[in-house]
Amino acid sequence: MSVATLTSPLAALGRATLALMAATGRLTFFVGQTLSHLIRPPFYAREFWLACLNIGWLSLPVVGMTALFTGAALALQIYAGGARFSAEQVVPSITAIGMVRELGPVLGGLMVAARVASSIAAEIGTMKVTEQIDALTTLSTNPMKYLTVPRVVAATLCVPLLVGVGDIIGIMGGWMVGTTRLGFNSATYLKNTWDFLEFWDVGSGLVKGAAFGFIVATMGCYHGMNSGRGAQGVGRATKSAVVAASVAILAANYLLTEAFFSA
Amino acid sequence: MITLEALTKSFGSKHVLRGVDLVVPTGQSTVIIGGSGTGKSVLLKCILGLIEPDSGTITLDGVDVHEGDRDAFLARFGMLFQGGALFDSLSVWENVAFRLLRGSLKRPKPEAREIAIEKLRRVGLSPDVADLFPAELSGGMQKRVGLARAIAAEPEIIFFDEPTTGLDPIMAGVINELIREIVTEMGATAMTITHDMTSVRAIADRVAMLHAGKIRWEGPIAEMDATPDAYVQQFIHGRAEGPIETLR
Repeated sequence: MSVATLTSPLAALGRATLALMAATGRLTFFVGQTLSHLIRPPFYAREFWLACLNIGWLSLPVVGMTALFTGAALALQIYAGGARFSAEQVVPSITAIGMVRELGPVLGGLMVAARVASSIAAEIGTMKVTEQIDALTTLSTNPMKYLTVPRVVAATLCVPLLVGVGDIIGIMGGWMVGTTRLGFNSATYLKNTWDFLEFWDVGSGLVKGAAFGFIVATMGCYHGMNSGRGAQGVGRATKSAVVAASVAILAANYLLTEAFFSA
Repeated sequence: MITLEALTKSFGSKHVLRGVDLVVPTGQSTVIIGGSGTGKSVLLKCILGLIEPDSGTITLDGVDVHEGDRDAFLARFGMLFQGGALFDSLSVWENVAFRLLRGSLKRPKPEAREIAIEKLRRVGLSPDVADLFPAELSGGMQKRVGLARAIAAEPEIIFFDEPTTGLDPIMAGVINELIREIVTEMGATAMTITHDMTSVRAIADRVAMLHAGKIRWEGPIAEMDATPDAYVQQFIHGRAEGPIETLR
């Protein structure tokens, strides 16, 4: 086996590592720029409210449906698992805790990533390809301020609200299954849910939601702004935004869970 | 007056601008001609700061364009982009009045709308189109809206990037006439990049030919046809044979 054959995998690994480092540096710089524009005027209120409508209000159906079915399935799983230890009565409390701490924020975040990161990346990528970003600059408007900041702020504020609504719908999904299929008394189910939930169970999920919202919008804007030329470039940017946002959400979820709940 | 000195720009191993020297006189219409991929758009974007040149200087009225207040600098410019570059999410009048609705030139909304409608009328569009969205307009109408946006804040300098590309000959003629009229009545300095020779003859006071990253020839439009420069002659007559290499 020649030296070149042996070293080529190492060279490929080196190139991939360098590319990853460069991308991380660019993303860090982009986040720094976004944060610096966040605190300096001008602020574009109209763009912010439009972003809230698109990211928050219009994501409600998909997040709600996801939470409803997840809560229902979770109740069934906990009932089946609990039955092995004669602990079926934990269904309301574990469903609620599982929804608000983990599944609500994570699945909500992932669904928003699929819906919003892709749409932001495609929109901004198309604007770049059609010179609309250049046009903004020539019209004395900073594209970071006009396009990125409103979307990032809107997502950071709206996703926790979506998570909160998703938590309620998810718990209701568990309640529906619990009362109609598993033989729970409605009032008892709701009382057990309420009694076992602590403020920080809900609060930690909402903080996660804010972090995930920031990730989703940042990834969408970053990949849109760095989109390649033509339809293929925009398509690649859209795909990269969704993949990067999803992976970053799962990684951030682990880190936040470690920070909030590790002993 | 815009002055470019020894301007260079490369993208990787591709050297697009190799030392461009050019003077764009105040109040005149200068047209840059040259084949596709010769760096005409890059040149224009370097002046506006959309692309950072590798070396060389660009001055506006003797002041380096990288010095001073960037917003104030950009406020002196209007630009018509090749594809219009209208904002899809905004109505036609909001596109035209974009600069008048925000920033240092901000006006009350009703006044900005009035100005936008007046500019639309100036480019031959009726007030009915004001509330439409760009996607509802034809290519020619989008170009007109782009032109209205470029002149809305009455800039001193207007750039036109391939203003007639993609238009039928009649619409191209209309856009050329509009550009000529508007530049004359506003007294603006205009810089146009195009490879449409009909446009050149309709718009230009002066012509500069960009080839191989440098200004190959420059002079008044009246002298263009008589120049002995073989590159210019090949280009303006659209000959396949000549010193400019073509893919065959």
